[in-house]
Amino acid sequence: MNAASGKVMKDSGKKSFKLMIVDDSNIMRRRIERSNQLDELELVGTASNGLEAIEMFKKMDPDVVTMDLTMPQMDGIECISKLVVMKPAVRILVISALADKATAVEAMEKGANGFLNKPFTDRQLNEAIADLMR
Amino acid sequence: MLQEQELKTFVEGTTNYFEVAAQQPASIGSPYLTEGSPSVHDYTGVINISGKREGFVYFTAPKAMLTVLLMKMQENDFSHETMRDLVGEVANTISGNARRDFGRDFVISVPSVLAGERPEIPQKPGARSFVIPINWRSHSAKLIVSLT
Repeated sequence: MNAASGKVMKDSGKKSFKLMIVDDSNIMRRRIERSNQLDELELVGTASNGLEAIEMFKKMDPDVVTMDLTMPQMDGIECISKLVVMKPAVRILVISALADKATAVEAMEKGANGFLNKPFTDRQLNEAIADLMR
Repeated sequence: MLQEQELKTFVEGTTNYFEVAAQQPASIGSPYLTEGSPSVHDYTGVINISGKREGFVYFTAPKAMLTVLLMKMQENDFSHETMRDLVGEVANTISGNARRDFGRDFVISVPSVLAGERPEIPQKPGARSFVIPINWRSHSAKLIVSLT
């Protein structure tokens, strides 16, 4: 573990980022997991709402989070605010159907680093995650 | 009641969903108005709309269509729960995308799902609904928009 960067080292010695997927849809969580073609990303946890995400975040300390916005119990905007307090260096990609600019701006102001609208192609997802990690 | 441009927003959202998520465009039939509870298919995803507009957006589809849609999405779980998840996600995506035109005061709920025979469709008294017919491969589904 490289404590300074929050990255973990795989057996191969290749640097890896820990990924957490947050979405209330099982289909979307599996879709994001399947679509991820970046070798550097290792899935460490999934959550179906903001509350679960915070618990998972505490346990797994991910570096990269994909975050839905419209979720029961705690929505994505509130969850983003809490995650960035816990780990300011976390990189958060919002993946949401909400397509108005004001919502994207609010998410970025709360601490998100990127915004991808649903529906999306595999290519769009991989480009968005790659952008996030640059 | 929906204006023509607002109806167009939902038609375009539906077209875009199938083109991107299913990688195969759907053809959209002529929208029509209906009064009372509209008829639905096996599974129906319901989004409650509040804020500057009030009402519901439903996506309703037969199981056979949802099965093929899941296959196109590389899914291999075709359980009842996954069917429910899918109709909710489609309704959520099309409704959420509509905020591009309606703005953030077009507030959408998390999806609820109706399934089984003759489910009770929530409807505001006296509300009229626009039905947008969706034809995809050999299947037919509907987007139903009921807004005041």
